[in-house]
Amino acid sequence: MSSGLIFAATGCLLFVLGLGGVLLLKALLRRILAFNLMGSGAFLVLVGLAQRDGTPDPVPQAMVLTGIVVAVAATALALTLARRWQALTGREDIGRVGDAGSRRRSKQRERRKAPR
Amino acid sequence: MNLNELLPLAVIASSLVPALLIFTLPEESVRLRTALNLFAAITKIILVGALLIGVRGGEDYAFRHTVLPGMDLVFKVDALALLFVSLSAVLWLFTTLYAIGYLEHAPNRSRFFGFFSLCVTATMGIAMAGNLFTFFIFYELLTLATFPLVVHRGTPQAMRGGTIYLAYTLVGGALLLAGIVWLHHLAGHTEFVQGGLGNALHGINPTILQAVFLLLIAGVGVKAAIVPLHGWLPQAMVAPAPVSALLHAVAVVKAGAFGVVRIVYEIYGIEFVQTLGVLLPLAVIAAITILWGSLRALFQDDLKKRLAYSTISQVSYIVLGVALFGPLGTIGGLVHLVHQGIMKITLFFCAGNFAETLGIHKVSEMDGAGRRMPLTTLAFSIGALGMMGAPLTAGAVSKAWLSDGAAAAGMDWAIWVLTASSLLNAAYFLPILYRAWFRPAPDSWPHEEIAARGWRETAWLLLLPPLFTATATIGVGIFADAAFSPLAWAQLIARREYVSLGQ
Amino acid sequence: MNLILDPLAWLILLPLLWATLAFVATDRYGPRLAIAGLVGQLLCAAMLAQDVASHGSIGHLAGGWAEPLGIRLFADGLSAVMLLLTQGVALALVLYARSYFSQATPPAFWTLTGFLIAGMNALFLSGDLFNLYVTLELVGLAAVGLVAAGGGAAQIAAALRYLLATLVGSGAYLFGVALIYGSYGTVSASLLGQLINAEAPIAVWLAAGLMLTGLLLKTALFPFHFWLPPAHGGAPAPVSALLSALVVKASFYLFLRLWLGPFAALTEAQPWLAQLPAALGASAILWGSWQAIRADRLKVLIAYSTVAQIGYLFLIFPLFGTGALALQAGILQVTAHGLAKAAMFIAAGTLIKVSGSERVLGVAGAAVHLPVTLFAFALAGVSLMGLPPSGGFLAKWLLIDAALDQGHEWIAGIAIAGGLLAGIYVFRVLRLAFRVTIADDEAAPLRPAAVLEWTALALAAASILLGLFAMPLINLLAGVTR
Repeated sequence: MSSGLIFAATGCLLFVLGLGGVLLLKALLRRILAFNLMGSGAFLVLVGLAQRDGTPDPVPQAMVLTGIVVAVAATALALTLARRWQALTGREDIGRVGDAGSRRRSKQRERRKAPR
Repeated sequence: MNLNELLPLAVIASSLVPALLIFTLPEESVRLRTALNLFAAITKIILVGALLIGVRGGEDYAFRHTVLPGMDLVFKVDALALLFVSLSAVLWLFTTLYAIGYLEHAPNRSRFFGFFSLCVTATMGIAMAGNLFTFFIFYELLTLATFPLVVHRGTPQAMRGGTIYLAYTLVGGALLLAGIVWLHHLAGHTEFVQGGLGNALHGINPTILQAVFLLLIAGVGVKAAIVPLHGWLPQAMVAPAPVSALLHAVAVVKAGAFGVVRIVYEIYGIEFVQTLGVLLPLAVIAAITILWGSLRALFQDDLKKRLAYSTISQVSYIVLGVALFGPLGTIGGLVHLVHQGIMKITLFFCAGNFAETLGIHKVSEMDGAGRRMPLTTLAFSIGALGMMGAPLTAGAVSKAWLSDGAAAAGMDWAIWVLTASSLLNAAYFLPILYRAWFRPAPDSWPHEEIAARGWRETAWLLLLPPLFTATATIGVGIFADAAFSPLAWAQLIARREYVSLGQ
Repeated sequence: MNLILDPLAWLILLPLLWATLAFVATDRYGPRLAIAGLVGQLLCAAMLAQDVASHGSIGHLAGGWAEPLGIRLFADGLSAVMLLLTQGVALALVLYARSYFSQATPPAFWTLTGFLIAGMNALFLSGDLFNLYVTLELVGLAAVGLVAAGGGAAQIAAALRYLLATLVGSGAYLFGVALIYGSYGTVSASLLGQLINAEAPIAVWLAAGLMLTGLLLKTALFPFHFWLPPAHGGAPAPVSALLSALVVKASFYLFLRLWLGPFAALTEAQPWLAQLPAALGASAILWGSWQAIRADRLKVLIAYSTVAQIGYLFLIFPLFGTGALALQAGILQVTAHGLAKAAMFIAAGTLIKVSGSERVLGVAGAAVHLPVTLFAFALAGVSLMGLPPSGGFLAKWLLIDAALDQGHEWIAGIAIAGGLLAGIYVFRVLRLAFRVTIADDEAAPLRPAAVLEWTALALAAASILLGLFAMPLINLLAGVTR
């Protein structure tokens, strides 16, 4: 196995880990970090797979640079929003969403709260 | 663009442009709005007059605009179109006059007259449509433009009536759309051609063609209030009287009946419908509707509802005429399209007058109304007698042709249906006339709003339109053989439809 | 062509320029900059459409740099339609927003709008997969910023959910791009169209799956729609309009491009694949309509209507047979829905502003005191229901025609049923508006500024007129190569 493929395989693993994190974790900060993990995975694959013939290919390097810039911007935005959310509600997660089903559930929750 | 292309467009524009202008008028500018309305109605009649003369001379009026590749918006003025166009244009003028008087102090008049003109535009489009695509556009426009008129009063009953109206018409529209696109897919186009699409339909599985026919007829049947698709019409009677008069006695239901005529004659072709074996079922359904409507009318105490069920019954005379194979039945059906419109609008005008002037809404409140409002009751009586098919009225002419058509087609049972319906008509109209003329008047009317002044039993704008149309009811009966009478025109159409069949 | 005067470049540069200026300038100048810029962009888009109509497709090398390091801009009929729609709708929305936010503009509203439009224009003009990724992110981040613009807890939560969804979507897309580059050494969409064939390695299939799924997530196709109703229903009205009318269409556009371009060989090799988006689209129509029918708040109703209408876009995928019907149906639906939904959201914004109630019940009596706005709402509704004459009607007609053509009758059935369901939720609002309110004799509610009412009406009227004058659009699409 060439080093490129090792990079790519690691990238795949990181991507899947990150994806699982964004989807499954609760805490916002962890989800944001997981997103970064996803991004890193994709970058590794991009650089790794393009290296197969041994000589580095400049195009994916440029792409990864651009991608990192985008990821930094996205992370900054996400962190700002998360802080604002915490300041407004004191919570660190935003819970799950859904359609009427979850709305009904939340209504029930409210009803259960009400008598107290 | 030459004159022959412009004229159909001008007929559309003569109510569309005023509609848009009226929407922008403030509520208070009564005189400007009235002037605009009347100017538009008169302009339209003049344009239609020009078209009548031209079409009789064999002139072709058509306008074509490509909307999508292979799909055109087509306005084509042929004899059949003009039959409906002139009916609507003339009755629009009368109804406008009536509505101005009727709504004198009501709120939201700009909205009312705007949508009213828009409805007339839709009716014109339906009449002049040169293919099913165009027909459908205006058919749905009519649904949309009548909804605000049905719910105009904003009361809970109006809301309910409006919702039921929509439920029926939107589903009908969906069925019609399915049928039209399917037909378009099978035949490649949906142009109305005298004698039907002919070759384009040959070689297609008859079962599929029957299914398409069912979809199309069900689609237009909702507006034509064919049983069992009629449920919306009595509910829509919550609308103000001018709306019931023009739209639910003439424009909307006739749009449906007119659609049946176009589909049977100019899409499938009467012969092909006969070979497909769907003509007889159509006639049977029409006969059932005729009887069912009359029967239900017997038991309605609400005057407008009784008239509504009567409409259900009478509109199917047209469908029955269409479904009788042979030119005589066609003539009977087509002439009834006009005659029924004139008679029924008279009845609705009068019903509106009773309600507005004396607060009478029910048949049981009609006692002695003839003494208090003799002219209105006279007009009502003429309309009712016409509906029964009394001699010298418009109704007699259409019933005679329909019976002849039934005999010629060898469908004697249809004659029995017509006779039974006439008897039923008498059974639900004569008690009204009896009450109005021969019963003593009560001490006070339910809600007397307009006091009598001399011979004027009510506001003159409410009185004149029914008098005009009642006179017309007798006029078209007596002068049925005149050059531009509805009968002569229906004969012209039948001649053209059947000549193209080579009969 | 002269590089400096090329409308292609200016369609991206102009919004970047005015967005940056609006950031530096005070709020007073923001709307003026935006309006001036958008007028210019609209002209550019019209010039571009003219060019495309006569030349088929046109390209532009940004800064004169050659590929692969340089960026090649590219426009054909499909891009031209999307660009025209974007500039036209955005101009009307900016005019509306200027008056809507006359008291207080949300922070950086004009700047974010500018970047959003720049991102979309760049997306419509990009021809390589990586550049498309960057534009997707630019659009997504700007849109998230706009959702959060309201500043309330609900909006922040909606923005965060939207952000996470959009980041996962573009992350999957980027991963796919990486796999593609690793397999073929290029990201040019047109080159890939020739390189990828049915015998492509498994990595390419995986890449296609990831990229397309990521885009579905960003387009909010059922069942990925969960983020859309809170985001579109909670944002200020001009933002909702911008997002519902345009932003979801951007990722749909990319999905369509990939489907017809680079991945055409894959989807043609396995025809059943095309049933997947169509099945999801059908579910979206049913589910979105059902939720709209029972929604309690007006803007949530409209947002669910978007969920349903997006479904129509995906019904076209099994129908790309021999004819051009499916593409025409899809793009007509994009255009008609863009115009109608923008009109409906801003009309709802005015209704809510005047009545002070966000609930559907708040529109009671609107037919009397807000006739123009209600009329705009109704016209937009006509197009959404697919009733004639409207762009939505032509789209539905073509869709049914194409479905019958390709023997997928169930799609025709869904299209018709969806129209009826739309009828229920649209008329649910309209009939309420005609109800006589008891409070009629109280002082009449404040009349909103005329521009709020008439921009909505103009957009709605455009969606109606599209139903009569669709030929220019169809002609533009004629040159689009598959």
